[in-house]
Amino acid sequence: MIRFIARRLVETLLVLLVMSVCIYGLIGLMPGDPIDLMLTADPHLTTADVVRLKAVYGLDQPLVDRYLAWLGAAVHGDFGYSRLQSQPVLQVLAPRLGNTLLLMGISLAIALAIAIPAGVWAASRPRSLADNLINLFAFAGMSIPAFWLGILLIILFAVTLGVLPASGTASPGVNSLADRATYLILPVATLTIVTVGGELRYVRSAMLEVLRQDFLRTARAKGVSPRRVLFGHALRNAMIPFVTVVALDFGTLFSGAQITETLFGYLGMGKTIYDAIMGNDYNLAMVGLLLATTTVLLANLVADLAYAWLDPRITYR
Amino acid sequence: MIGRLAGALALGLFLLGILGPSSAANARDQLIIGATQFPSNLHPNIDSMLAKSYVLGLTQRPFTTYDATWQLVCLLCTELPTFENGKAKIEDLPPGFKRDRGTTFCKTADPALATKGIAATYTIQPNATWGDGTPVTTDDVMFTYEVGKNEKSGVSNSELYRRIVRIDVIDKKTFTMHFDRVEFGYNGINDFELVPAHLERAPFGDPTTYRNRTLYSTDPTNPGLWFGPYKVTSMEPGSQIVLDANPTWWGTPPQIKRIVFKTIENSAALEANLLSGSVDYIAGELGLDMDQALGFEQRHKDAYDITYKPVIYYEHLTPNLDNPIFADKRVRQALLYALDRTALTQQLFAGHQPVADSDVSPLDWIHTDDVAKYAHDPAKAAALLDEAGWKLGADGLRHDAGGKPLGFELNTTAGERTRELVEQVLQSQWKAVGVAVRIRNEPARVLFGETINQRKFTGLALFAWLSSPENVPFTTLHSTMVPTAENGWAGQNYAGYRNGAMDDLIDCIEVELDRGKREQMWHKLQALYAEDLPDLPLYFRAQAFIFPKWLKGITPTGHQYQSTLWAEQWRIEP
Repeated sequence: MIRFIARRLVETLLVLLVMSVCIYGLIGLMPGDPIDLMLTADPHLTTADVVRLKAVYGLDQPLVDRYLAWLGAAVHGDFGYSRLQSQPVLQVLAPRLGNTLLLMGISLAIALAIAIPAGVWAASRPRSLADNLINLFAFAGMSIPAFWLGILLIILFAVTLGVLPASGTASPGVNSLADRATYLILPVATLTIVTVGGELRYVRSAMLEVLRQDFLRTARAKGVSPRRVLFGHALRNAMIPFVTVVALDFGTLFSGAQITETLFGYLGMGKTIYDAIMGNDYNLAMVGLLLATTTVLLANLVADLAYAWLDPRITYR
Repeated sequence: MIGRLAGALALGLFLLGILGPSSAANARDQLIIGATQFPSNLHPNIDSMLAKSYVLGLTQRPFTTYDATWQLVCLLCTELPTFENGKAKIEDLPPGFKRDRGTTFCKTADPALATKGIAATYTIQPNATWGDGTPVTTDDVMFTYEVGKNEKSGVSNSELYRRIVRIDVIDKKTFTMHFDRVEFGYNGINDFELVPAHLERAPFGDPTTYRNRTLYSTDPTNPGLWFGPYKVTSMEPGSQIVLDANPTWWGTPPQIKRIVFKTIENSAALEANLLSGSVDYIAGELGLDMDQALGFEQRHKDAYDITYKPVIYYEHLTPNLDNPIFADKRVRQALLYALDRTALTQQLFAGHQPVADSDVSPLDWIHTDDVAKYAHDPAKAAALLDEAGWKLGADGLRHDAGGKPLGFELNTTAGERTRELVEQVLQSQWKAVGVAVRIRNEPARVLFGETINQRKFTGLALFAWLSSPENVPFTTLHSTMVPTAENGWAGQNYAGYRNGAMDDLIDCIEVELDRGKREQMWHKLQALYAEDLPDLPLYFRAQAFIFPKWLKGITPTGHQYQSTLWAEQWRIEP
C-alpha cells in the first residue's frame, strides 16, 4: 500500500510538470501580454513605456526562457509575485484555497448527506410517489443554472427578507466565526442545490443496479433484515462507482465554484484563476492551476484508497 | 411531525436573526461604496486602473488636477505656476539636450522654442502631513522623481518623468521643475503622485524588486503612506478596503468617518447588494452599465437619487483606412449619414449618452459645435455611395463596377451587451442603404491584444477612447503614430490616418501658450476631424451614480480625475 501511494505521488509530480508546460505554453500563446492590456487601460502610455515595461516584466524574453526561469525558481520554492495582486503568489492563493475548500467541503458534505439517503430511499421504492418526487427534486437541481439560483437566493434572503448578507466573506471590521458563517450560507446553498441532483441520481441508479444482484437475494433469503441488506450490503457495493464520481466532481466543483464565487463576491480559487488567466498573470495562473490539479489528483488518490476499504477484494501493490 | 418541522423552522429563523448581516446595523457615519473592480495594488505610480485612482482619491492628493468644471486646479500645491504670476518661465535647455519626443515640431511656431523648456515653481501645502505625522516635503518630491525616472522601478506611465529635465529644491516646501519643452500644459503635473521618502526609500534599495517590495503592497495599512482625508485601515485583497478619517489631514475634516470600498464584480449581484443594504452607494465610475442603470431607475427611482453624467469615454468606430472601401472619405461620410445616432442613444440610453460629432467632449472648454454634422439622412448616404461608385444592385446590396459587393466586418468586444446591441442597430441601418456588415466579435484581450493594436481588423472596430481634458490626440491621430511591424506596433493611430494638416494642428496646438489662439486651433482640428472622419463618432458614454437619499455632496467630474478627490465635501444628511 505504501509503495502504491509513493508511486502515485511520483506520478502526481510528473503530471504537474507536464501540466506546468502546457499551462505556461497555452497562456503564452494567448494574444496580447500584460503590457498590451495595460495600454488599453491607459492611452497615455507611450511607446517608450511599453518597451521599458516589457523589459521590467521580462516579457521581451522568449517563452521557453521565461518558463525555464519560472521552473528554476519554483523548484527552489519561489513561485514569484502576482502581477495583478502585487503580492507573493502563495500569499494570495493560500487564503483563497482555504475559502474554496471550505465552500466546496461544506457543499459536498451537505450534498452527500442529502444524496446518499435520498438516492437509497428512491432506489428501494422504484416508481413510487417518493421516487418520483425525489427524481423531480434531482432534475430541478441539475437544471437550475447556478447564476440564476444565486441571484434568486440573494433577492429572497438578502433583499426581501434581509436576513443574510448578499455577498462577501465577512463584514467590515468584524472578525467572528458567526459572521463568516452567515456569508457562507447562500453560496453553500447554491452550490449544494446544483450539485446534489446529479449525485442523487447516481446513487439511485447504482443502487438499482446492485439491488438486482444475486448476492442480495441470497442475503434476503438468509433472513438478513431489509435495513441491513440495503445499507450494509447494497450501499457498500454501490459506493464503489459513486466514489469515482465524487472524486471527479471534486474537480468540477473546484472550477464550477467560479460562478458562485463571482456572484457572491466570495474570494476563492475559481475566480482567482479565471482573473489570472484573463489578466495574463502568469505566476498566479500557473500556481493556481497546479494547486487545482494537485487537489483533483489527491482526491482521486483518496478515491482509489477508498475502493480498497469498500471492497476488500481490491488490493494495491 | 408537523410540530417538529415548525420547531426546526423557528430555530432556523432564530439563527438567521442572530447571524443576520451586521450591515443592517450600519450606522450613518460610514459609507459603503459598491464597485465592480478592485485595485491591483495601491502604489500611485505602478499600474494604472480606475479602481486604484478612485481609492487613491480618498487617501492622497496630486499636486494638480482637473476639477468638476474641467479647469486645472492646485490640490497639494498652493498656487498654479503661470507666466502671469511669475512662477513659470521659458528657459534654454541644457546644451545638447535631446527631447524625448523630438521628431516633429510646429512649422509655424518660433523655431527657437524647439530648444527651450519651461521652469515651473510649486509650493507644497504648508500643513500637508503623512498619516504618521511626518511632514510632506521636497524630500518626497525628489524621491518620487528618483523612482519615476528609474527604468527598472516598474512605474507604468513615465512620460512626465521623461519630460522633467531636473528638479531644483528651494526649501522644504518649494521646488522648481524644469521641463524639456514649451507646451500649453506646462503647469499640470497631475501624474506626479508623491510617495513617502521616509518609508519607501528602503524598499527602493533594489529598484528591480521595488514593485514587489513597496509598502503599498506589503503594508498598505501603514498610516505613513497616506496624506489625504482618509487612510487605509484594513484591506482584504479582491474584496474590500476600509478607510478611516485621517487625523493628520490638513484640509476640511471629512464628515463621513469611515468609507468601505467593496468590490462585487457581478453587476447584478452589486445591484442586489445595494437593495439589501450591504452597499450604500454605487459609484458611477465603477458601477452599473447604462442599460442596467436605466432598468434600476425604472424599478427603484423613488428610493434613490440617480444622476447620469456624460464622461470622456468616446465611443466610436475606427475604420482600417488601408481597406480601399474606407480610403474613400465619401464612404465614411455615407456610413455616418446612414446612422440615426440620435434615435440610437434615445432608444438604448434614454438620451443620457450624447451623440458625438468629434473626439472632443462637449464638456471640454475647447469643444465647438461649428463642425460638419451627420444627421440621419439615408438619401444623402445613398447619393454619396453612388458618387463613390457603389451602385445599388437587384439583391439590395451595393456593388462596385467590378460587381464586388460593399461589405465589411465589424469587430468589438465579445460579451459586452451594450456594444452588441449597438452593433445590431448599426448593421440594420447600414443594410437599409445596401451595405452588408458581418459582425465578428472577440474577447477583449484578443481584440485589444492583437486585432486592433496590430491593425489586423479589416473593416470597422467599435471601441472607446479614454482621454483627459484638452487632450492632444498625438498618439491617436498623428501620422507618426500608425502601428507597424517595423515600429514594434507602437502608437495608437489604429485607423492608419495620415493627414499633414492634422499633424500640423497637433504639433502646433501643443506649443501654443495663448489660450485664445489655441482655442481657434482646436476648433480647426475638430472641423477637420468631422470632415475627414478618421473615426466615425458615435456617442460619449455616461456614468450612472446611484445615491441613497441621505448622501449628498458628491460631484461627478466626467473625466478620469474622480469624484473621490473631493471626498471631504461628501456629507450625510438625515
